[in-house]
Amino acid sequence: MKIGVLALQGDFAEHIAMLKRLKVDTIEVRLPEHLRSLDGLIIPGGESTTIGKLAVAYNLMEPLKLFGQRHAIWGTCAGAIFISKDIGRDQPLLGLMDIKVQRNAFGRQIDSFETDLDIPELKQATGTKEDYHAVFIRAPIIESVSGDAKVLASVADGRIVAAQQGHLLATSFHPELTGDTRFHEYFLSLAD
Amino acid sequence: MEQKTGTWTEKKGLAQMLKGGVIMDVVTPEHARIAEDAGACAVMALERVPADIRANGGVARMSDPELILKIMDSVSIPVMAKCRIGHFVEAQILEAIGVDYIDESEVLTPADETNHILKHNFKVPFVCGCRNLGEALRRVGEGAAMIRTKGEAGTGDVVEAVRHARTVLGDIRHLTTMADEELMRYSKEIGAPYELVKETKELGRMPVVNFAAGGVATPADAALMMQLGVDGVFVGSGIFKSGDPARRAAAIVKAVTHYRDASILAEVSKNLGEPMVGRNVSQMPEAEKIAGRGW
Repeated sequence: MKIGVLALQGDFAEHIAMLKRLKVDTIEVRLPEHLRSLDGLIIPGGESTTIGKLAVAYNLMEPLKLFGQRHAIWGTCAGAIFISKDIGRDQPLLGLMDIKVQRNAFGRQIDSFETDLDIPELKQATGTKEDYHAVFIRAPIIESVSGDAKVLASVADGRIVAAQQGHLLATSFHPELTGDTRFHEYFLSLAD
Repeated sequence: MEQKTGTWTEKKGLAQMLKGGVIMDVVTPEHARIAEDAGACAVMALERVPADIRANGGVARMSDPELILKIMDSVSIPVMAKCRIGHFVEAQILEAIGVDYIDESEVLTPADETNHILKHNFKVPFVCGCRNLGEALRRVGEGAAMIRTKGEAGTGDVVEAVRHARTVLGDIRHLTTMADEELMRYSKEIGAPYELVKETKELGRMPVVNFAAGGVATPADAALMMQLGVDGVFVGSGIFKSGDPARRAAAIVKAVTHYRDASILAEVSKNLGEPMVGRNVSQMPEAEKIAGRGW
């Protein structure tokens, strides 16, 4: 299996390090030709405006949309924004997942937080019992899911922070900043 | 489910989100929007870019909070702001208005010539300048969650940025070859906390994100810093002191992403208009250099 990590801007190296721990072949994706022969793609955290502009400038929008129709894509934070259908403002989006996302929904950096999440699908898929410790940084929320998209996780006040639609995955938090590889394992099971 | 804010993971984490990106100095909301439209991953809000701080002389202080707030309102990307070295009350004010990152910066006139701010006391993360590994790890020891090499701000001359990046990254390469029993002596020699020296050796890199700053004026300058091994680039006077800021800003963003692709670097370097005039650091009197501020 070979997984690409979109390397336009953001913490792509952290995702690659997690995948290496799981003994997965990885490649940094900066241009359309880098998508060839991949089984899945991670879109990392970063600034969604920066990632979107660079994707447009280097003709990645259509190739990424086509890739997502056939293969697994996981967006973390900025990546979750980028694969969504609607964020209520004008910036380049892949529109692959039927989710509505709100940027910086918890506030500024001072409001960024860590918390434990109960994610039944993750526990079941990895045969574990522990809650998932999630790191949120100027994080978006998933305001609503529609169509085939389903909720995977919510914070205590009920706001949605992870969703899945078939082989597409969106998390508003950053599994790549933790030592817990379960979310990456879960994604690999979708890419397989 | 308990929520914890202001943790070390949170502070370091925001810097990790900025990696592979360009942080641009802006002095008005209009500048900030130009920077965001060009693809900046964050902006530094200040009253004067370093080149103008040099030209103006006098004491350079924290910017008017009203200006910083206006810039925060005008963009969706993170906003940083500078306080003077050691001026922890300016830092408290910047934290109170909600800036996303504080730069305890040598570009402003130092408020304390012995001590830096104890940055662990804050929930907001800090970035600090350095010229070598010892200085970098002293700042991390005080709580800086991000480091930038200092360069010589406001000159448009990349030579000092290169010197500092080569020194820091060279120090780390040297450290990784040392035997464990040599680390205490090395910590003493460079004046850095032992635990952080040990951690840096184990990681083979700085324990926090490390950007370049101070003199970057062209896409080639930015890609040079990236190829030397930094995680991203600050551009101060280099953009808004140039002939076509929007175009140059977008070109530098592309150069940082495609920093190893010479044909893309050639493409983005075309027709950018006049670069900032710049000043040769080698011909500058010692008293005018600011990189020496910081202890």
